[in-house]
Amino acid sequence: MARYTPPQQSKLGQIFDVIVLLALTVGALYIPLWLGLAGSAQLHDTVDAPSWESLQQNATMVEQWAKLGFADAEAAAPLITARFDYSFSFFALIAVIVTVLGYYTMMLKLSEKEYRDVIAEKFGEE
Amino acid sequence: MSDITRNTPGTAEASEAAPTQNGGLLRVLGPAHIWALGVGIVLVGEYMGWNFAVGKGGAYAALIACWFAGILYSCVAMIDSEVTSTVAAAGGQYTQAKHIIGPLMAFNVGLYLVFAYTMLEAANAITVGFLVETVAGMTGHEGLNPQPFIVLAIMFLAWLNYRGVLATLTFNLVITAFAFTAILILFLATSPLFGESPLKHAELMTDLPYGWLGVLAAMHFGLWFYLGIEGTCQAAEEVRSPSRSLPFGTLAGVMTLAIAATLTWYLCVGLMPWEYLGQSGAPLFDAARMSGSTALTVLLGIGTLFATLASANGCINDASRAWFAMGRDHYLPSWFGAVHPVYRTPYRSIIFLVPIALIFALGAPLDQVITFSILSGLLEYTFMPLNVIMFRRKWPLDTIKRGYEHPFHPIPAIVLLCLCGITFFAVFLGYGTQLVAMIAFYIVVSLWFHFRRYRFVQRAAQFTMPWPKPQGY
Repeated sequence: MARYTPPQQSKLGQIFDVIVLLALTVGALYIPLWLGLAGSAQLHDTVDAPSWESLQQNATMVEQWAKLGFADAEAAAPLITARFDYSFSFFALIAVIVTVLGYYTMMLKLSEKEYRDVIAEKFGEE
Repeated sequence: MSDITRNTPGTAEASEAAPTQNGGLLRVLGPAHIWALGVGIVLVGEYMGWNFAVGKGGAYAALIACWFAGILYSCVAMIDSEVTSTVAAAGGQYTQAKHIIGPLMAFNVGLYLVFAYTMLEAANAITVGFLVETVAGMTGHEGLNPQPFIVLAIMFLAWLNYRGVLATLTFNLVITAFAFTAILILFLATSPLFGESPLKHAELMTDLPYGWLGVLAAMHFGLWFYLGIEGTCQAAEEVRSPSRSLPFGTLAGVMTLAIAATLTWYLCVGLMPWEYLGQSGAPLFDAARMSGSTALTVLLGIGTLFATLASANGCINDASRAWFAMGRDHYLPSWFGAVHPVYRTPYRSIIFLVPIALIFALGAPLDQVITFSILSGLLEYTFMPLNVIMFRRKWPLDTIKRGYEHPFHPIPAIVLLCLCGITFFAVFLGYGTQLVAMIAFYIVVSLWFHFRRYRFVQRAAQFTMPWPKPQGY
């Protein structure tokens, strides 16, 4: 197989490539944040005039809350009543599974194509 | 093939050596440094972050997640030890993927490594800032701005990494040993072995608040107990005896972490209500405060600081090696593939990653940064079983000399793949948008690499191991 000679990349081209990669990286985290879509949804049960009993905290728990700086039930209530919402649609689950499997399939197929070129050039075609 | 090919790790044929390397990295590290690198990166996971697993499923769910994550990482360590002791070169799993699966996979793995470690570094810096702010509040200095401390921590550690790997990892060895010892001391001091114990498990433990779905969800942050242990193989080109030091350091590291993780869980759930623990910023420090001992509070405060610094330090080391290795192969601009002429470190990569860590440390919430890191790690762990299965197929045991052969193949690979699937589901529960955003990111950069960037990469020169032709090609 003929040896592949890559073109020389200009300095401007190198800088451009780094900027593209950086923009994609920052976008991957910050776009969901900016759109308010990131993070696990936490629900808070509203409890009027919460007491330790209504929050189902026993005497030892109350003692430990006090040591942590939560003097009364009202202060601790937002932490105690916070719950994750694990409801999901099966459509969303299937979409995520397809996305993950599709990603790996695409990557393995394109990698294999590139790998065959590498091996052919390194060891020669048989 | 009956002849076993000798394996000279990291050796490139002279005619195909990467042109941008100004001399090699220094081979100065021993097994203790590898242990310190692996445990140093991860031990911070006991000091912060793991407790979000309690929030996601309750105390028992976090323990179950801790042990299942331990099985996942044992599989990672077994697989990694075999492949790394054979493909011992800077870049670790990136270099493995390049030789075993192909360039695009390698590019993705390189990015997984860089982002997992850079985000972990950012999370550590956020914790340093949080700790300083908390201590300032406890000593009457309310409202201290933590941001200068975040910047200072990242800049100091980057400078240390710039100046040389031996000093960097020796520093890690000392502060990691201190942080690990602090956990042991807290455990012994609060246990019933020495008089009255403040632990109140019987009164504080509750049933699973979300049922078994919460146990699955807890796997998301269960990884945080061990995330980063696989970073040991980033130092492969700087270890004196890779085939001995890498398996020893990695496997000893997993065992250390399994012990530390269990002790940490036991202490914390015996001292704090799960609702608080699940949202705490520094749970071991809180546990020390709850013990009522000033000495333990100071000890664990310093331990938390050292653990975060050790982790950030190791992360800078590992992320820069992966970035450097990709630059050396022209997967990224070759400018990054340079070694410092005096300190022999990948100095341009170290400097370049500093502002990226700062962008995330100063601008994103801790749980988002942790999730970004965990997702990159998870994608990497999913690659590992594919990698080892292909490795054994392309080069069966009798064809090349391995520094370590992991037992029971392919059981660890299958178990790892199943546990990765469960963890993907755990991340999907609540952080599905970020999961999709991350995968979309990797799909776009993969297409960018395949159709644009790869044209600048030499073909045969990427294959630097002195191995025979792989079977099936």
